[in-house]
Amino acid sequence: MAEVSVRKVVKEYDGGVQAVKGIDLDIADHEFVVLVGPSGCGKSTTLRMIAGLEEITGGEIWIDGDVVNDVPPRDRDIAMVFQNYALYPHMSVFDNMAFGLKLRKFPKDEIKRRVDEAARILDIVPLLDRKPRALSGGQRQRVAMGRAIVRNPKVFLFDEPLSNLDAKLRVQMRTEIKKVHQTVRTTTVYVTHDQIEAMTLADRVVVMNHGVIEQVGTPNDLYHHPTTRFVAGFIGSPAMNFLPCRVQDGANGGLAVRVTDTLTVPIPAARADRYGAFKGKEMVLGIRPEHLFEYHEQGKPGWTRVDLPVDVVEPMGMETMVHFFVDGAPVCARVDPATHAAPGELMPLTADLNQMHLMEADTGKVV
Amino acid sequence: MADGTSIPIGVMAPGRSAARRGSMRRFAQRRSTVGFLLCLPLILLIAGFVIYPAFYAIYLSMLNKKMTTFVGLSNFTFLLKRHTFQLVIFQSCLFAITSVILKALIGFILAHLMHNIPGKTQRIWRGLLLVPWVIPLAMSTLTWWWMFDPSYSAFNWILNQFGIASVPWLGVGWIARFCTITVNVWFGTPFFMIMYLAALKSVPEQLYEAAAIDGAGALQKLFFVTLPMMRNIIAITVLFSLIVTFADFDIVRILTSGGPQDMTHVFATYAFQVGIQSGDIPLGASVSLFMFPILAFAAFFVLRGVTQRTKEIAT
Amino acid sequence: MSATTLEHGRKVAASRKTSLHRQRLWALWGSYIALAVFVVIFLVPPFYTLITSLKSSAEISAQSGSPWLVHHPTLENFWYLITYPNFQTYYLNSVIVTVLVVVVSMTISILAAFSLSRMGFWGSQSLSTGVFLTYLVPPSLLFIPLFQIIGKIGLINNFWCLVILYPTLAVPFCTWIMIGYFSSIPKELDEAALIDGANYLQILWKIFIPVAMPGIIAATIFAFTVSWGAFLYPLAYLYTSHEMVLTVGIISDLIRGDVFQWGKIMAACLLASLPPIVIYAFLMDYYVAGLTAGATKG
Repeated sequence: MAEVSVRKVVKEYDGGVQAVKGIDLDIADHEFVVLVGPSGCGKSTTLRMIAGLEEITGGEIWIDGDVVNDVPPRDRDIAMVFQNYALYPHMSVFDNMAFGLKLRKFPKDEIKRRVDEAARILDIVPLLDRKPRALSGGQRQRVAMGRAIVRNPKVFLFDEPLSNLDAKLRVQMRTEIKKVHQTVRTTTVYVTHDQIEAMTLADRVVVMNHGVIEQVGTPNDLYHHPTTRFVAGFIGSPAMNFLPCRVQDGANGGLAVRVTDTLTVPIPAARADRYGAFKGKEMVLGIRPEHLFEYHEQGKPGWTRVDLPVDVVEPMGMETMVHFFVDGAPVCARVDPATHAAPGELMPLTADLNQMHLMEADTGKVV
Repeated sequence: MADGTSIPIGVMAPGRSAARRGSMRRFAQRRSTVGFLLCLPLILLIAGFVIYPAFYAIYLSMLNKKMTTFVGLSNFTFLLKRHTFQLVIFQSCLFAITSVILKALIGFILAHLMHNIPGKTQRIWRGLLLVPWVIPLAMSTLTWWWMFDPSYSAFNWILNQFGIASVPWLGVGWIARFCTITVNVWFGTPFFMIMYLAALKSVPEQLYEAAAIDGAGALQKLFFVTLPMMRNIIAITVLFSLIVTFADFDIVRILTSGGPQDMTHVFATYAFQVGIQSGDIPLGASVSLFMFPILAFAAFFVLRGVTQRTKEIAT
Repeated sequence: MSATTLEHGRKVAASRKTSLHRQRLWALWGSYIALAVFVVIFLVPPFYTLITSLKSSAEISAQSGSPWLVHHPTLENFWYLITYPNFQTYYLNSVIVTVLVVVVSMTISILAAFSLSRMGFWGSQSLSTGVFLTYLVPPSLLFIPLFQIIGKIGLINNFWCLVILYPTLAVPFCTWIMIGYFSSIPKELDEAALIDGANYLQILWKIFIPVAMPGIIAATIFAFTVSWGAFLYPLAYLYTSHEMVLTVGIISDLIRGDVFQWGKIMAACLLASLPPIVIYAFLMDYYVAGLTAGATKG
């Protein structure tokens, strides 16, 4: 097992399109790192450069203390799980898993031992004689993982491995992957566009956008302390609400956020120092749906009441999403399902502003 | 790692990036070198036995019969003035165009009939209908020859049963022309059928259902759904068949050898007679070369159709 | 709405349903009948071949009765051919030539198709196009210059010239089919193999060839068909009986001047058609799929 370093790595395609624009990333031994971002953000390209499937235009990639820029994939000692599983259709499950070991001239009994062990970990022992086409999507995914495990490589690479599965199976396989990692502890780089997958699996999440890294951090870090508007909006579902606003003097010598002519909310005293410098500037207020509540008279003191007309109500069972418009900007609140909300009616709302984020309108930087 | 794979270049000290750049390029070069080497047998084959002969044919066509002096284009002008060759041009075009139209039509009808019947039985019917196309053409043409035999022929016997006089099938120019076309249609129709059948199957069923709900009848479905969807394959198949039919040799050679009175000669059989049998290699080469412009014309459109089709499917 | 109109509406709906049903049934039976007519027409020549091959020379030359029936079936034509040394030679030559041509063509095509579908090199794009154009070159276009070239290498009247020349007819289309099949293999499969430690030839041998087996079968049948049935090249380049292959051998040997031994000729045609018929009977689906894939899938 090994650490992986990505140093100032650039990927430029013919025609000058830069898919990856000089990224730095250090992945520790045993770590599970997830690269997440919208499609085209360069996350898959980065993974494929680590695998050796794409040439590196600039910078260096280190695996286990060696620069591997010019090492062909087979000598990098990595294993990869692909989105479409990439199982060899003409080989049985056993042969699929054994193929890499056979090519490396492992003794027969060692191959059998390793395959059996991996099959046991993944619970696919009864499938070993089947062909891939006789397997379900989840089973194929397990075999693809088994093929990676038997090699006992330095690094596991996952390229959107769960995207082809249906929603239910995806959740199940997510747990499975986490369990496998806890068992084998191999350094893992995992690419996905699904932020929930990223949050649930990762030791650290790397959020990428337009070929650069926006933020690296633990899932909780990213959720509670996003550093850019992109991360704030990308992590969390439903997405954070953004409202253009202005910071101004409020009552009692404090600060307040003015969202519209009729809507101004006081900033909690604890944040006043941080936001003082931005008085008068164009800002964006970010607040997550789960931090908006129905207003109750016995609610916390100091929380401002706002009455907004309900646009759409989406009951989800354990919670209800209510959508509004504030001066043209869509706002979503995640409220108690017992709440009475009907389209067109006014609903009293309040917000936990201790959880608010404020960012510069032009740079998108969270302050 | 446990398997002890060596890492040949990775241990290189950082900083020697120039050397590394070089090896990276070498890696990419190696891939394309291997790619080229794998294609080499193909390239040699095509260069040696297609491209070289093609240019050699042009050279040959400009020599005199004994291949001693350069005569320019006089072989071509000589041919064009000759009545026999004018017949060859006419018959080649008649043969190719009539055959292809008939093959395309019958093939289209057959494909539709096949498409109507349930999938399970299709295999057997298709197998039976493909028999003409499976038998080597030279062999089946022999049978046709025997059936066209004037004295005790299968067809004439039937005609006689109905009190009609025997027909000298291969002995009279226009009838012989009809016979060569018949054999070609018999042989080539199955190919059209399977191409069209595959194309019919690739038309999504929902399109027909949508058309039916929009109130389209059978004919309207044919003209507004089927034909537009198959347009490209019809074009490719027709042009391809045009090339093959135009250059056909076996049928005419075996059935009539060009006779009677050179009325059934096509380019290939005439080139064979002039070039190989009479030993006038340059003139034979010239006859063959007359096919080239027509073939190139058709080939260009086939290629365009195929590329278009590929693009359509890619998007 | 009154009860009667309701009743009436139901009746109309019911009759319409049965008429729709009947219409479909008619279309189905109509198709069967039309197909049957076509099948009968298409199978007349093979049927006549079979009938004639079972007749003795005496019965044919008697010219009495219906030629469509065989009165005294006999296998003497077949027996004559099987024991006829020349015919044995033709058959053997055809088999040798075909086997070699198939092996050579498939080797060249598979290597080239692998390269053209996966390892781009300078000019590989135009080479693919060139391969397709070569497929459109008919044998009758170049047989005269080839006659000179074959003469120069000293292979006139030697069936080895066919082993060299037939691949030019088979390879382009085989390569084209194989490029199609290889391109349809997901790229991740070679990447997985690359990571598993395979080199290019191992990827070709252990992954591509087994996965593209249907394509290989289709291409092999094509090469076989071309090589087994070709007529122009052997007719132009071979003239003694120990070098001849079936197609020309039958015509030049069994037709002597004006003497047509139709019984023997037809029996020979049948024997010569047997290998293709057997192969197609078993592998038709692969061949049709391979042939139509080129046009319908891109």
